[in-house]
Amino acid sequence: MADYEPIIGRYLRLELEGKPHRVYVEEAGQGVPLICLHTAGADSRQWRGLMNDPQVLERFRVIAFDLPWHGKSSPPAGWREVEEYRLTSRAYVDAIVAVADALELDRPVAMGCSIGGRIVLHLALERPDRFGAVIGLQAGAHVDPYYDTQWLHRPDVHGGEVCAGVVSGLIGPKAADADRWETLWHYMQGGPGVFKGDLYFYKVDGDIRGELQRIDTARCPVHLLSGEYDYSCTPQDTLDAAARIKGSSVTIMPGIGHFPMSEAPEAFLEHLRPVLAQVLSVRG
Amino acid sequence: MLGDLTAQVNGDAALVRRGRFVDVTFLVGIGQESWLVSVDHGRIEAVTKGPFVMPRWTFALRAGVDDWRKFWAAEPEPGFHDLFALIRHKRLTAEGDLHTFMSNLFYFKGVLGSLRGRVG
Repeated sequence: MADYEPIIGRYLRLELEGKPHRVYVEEAGQGVPLICLHTAGADSRQWRGLMNDPQVLERFRVIAFDLPWHGKSSPPAGWREVEEYRLTSRAYVDAIVAVADALELDRPVAMGCSIGGRIVLHLALERPDRFGAVIGLQAGAHVDPYYDTQWLHRPDVHGGEVCAGVVSGLIGPKAADADRWETLWHYMQGGPGVFKGDLYFYKVDGDIRGELQRIDTARCPVHLLSGEYDYSCTPQDTLDAAARIKGSSVTIMPGIGHFPMSEAPEAFLEHLRPVLAQVLSVRG
Repeated sequence: MLGDLTAQVNGDAALVRRGRFVDVTFLVGIGQESWLVSVDHGRIEAVTKGPFVMPRWTFALRAGVDDWRKFWAAEPEPGFHDLFALIRHKRLTAEGDLHTFMSNLFYFKGVLGSLRGRVG
């Protein structure tokens, strides 16, 4: 008997930014739809721990998809004529809403990490009607560039090595070796310039500093969880964001870094369970 | 402070292999102290303490004494646990021709990290 995991993956045909796309979507479980968004330069495999957790799958239909250019979602035809891949807030919001619409999800919960943690704040601000709640992991309003991102995409530096090398320290020092190196492997597999293009959203286009106070948590509840070893989105960045989003909840996760769901899946789940319980109780 | 570096790196076969294409001399600045580290195919060839009159190096990594001490703590606190964490908090500067450094980040993080728990 084959030892299958509960995760099922399929390709979804979608029109994004006026072009046909094949978007790779995985799902597991039944119940309240929970859309999970991967970090910059990675893919939906980061959610493996959550999507294999029986307790979560009892109450939630967990859905994770690879953004175009990431994982198994190839770039649209004609991609090589694009001078430089750049993720924008507009395209990112539209992609998430397009997946939710295509799957006919009723007020899904959106959970994202890093760039995903940032974009769920945009969702709470712009589409409180469409999303039932958002959970931002390693979410802050803005990150100032602290190194030259040109290094991430140039033919004379191996992209996989440099992207994983840059993010390796964002993982908490006590992460299990298998989880640490699987997380880094996802970075090593990213396409040329994709991580850099995602950082355009993270460090430039997705700046939401001036608008956080406009988020209405009565319409769309906001929960923030951040690992203490993250120096990209620091715990202070998350606390600052939480202070400006009235009614939001915030959890700082000791010992964990920038990739809670993949670097420390079990420890992360212990922090997430009360948040999911809260989401369910509000939803009724 | 870099006294143990040669033994720590050269005794780690996986780290030496990771650096098998690295041939470079780089400078480590620890407060007012300078050290030159020469690497040959991933093996540390020489570690020389300054002061130097006319040092030649490809890139330099400089931080304060306390910052390096915290970086080398057996269990570093958040913000001191990685070279890029130090850079992010403006505690470490990386200067010069960074091509070799950036092309071999895992190697150089491994080299500097090899002193973790060994610097009193």
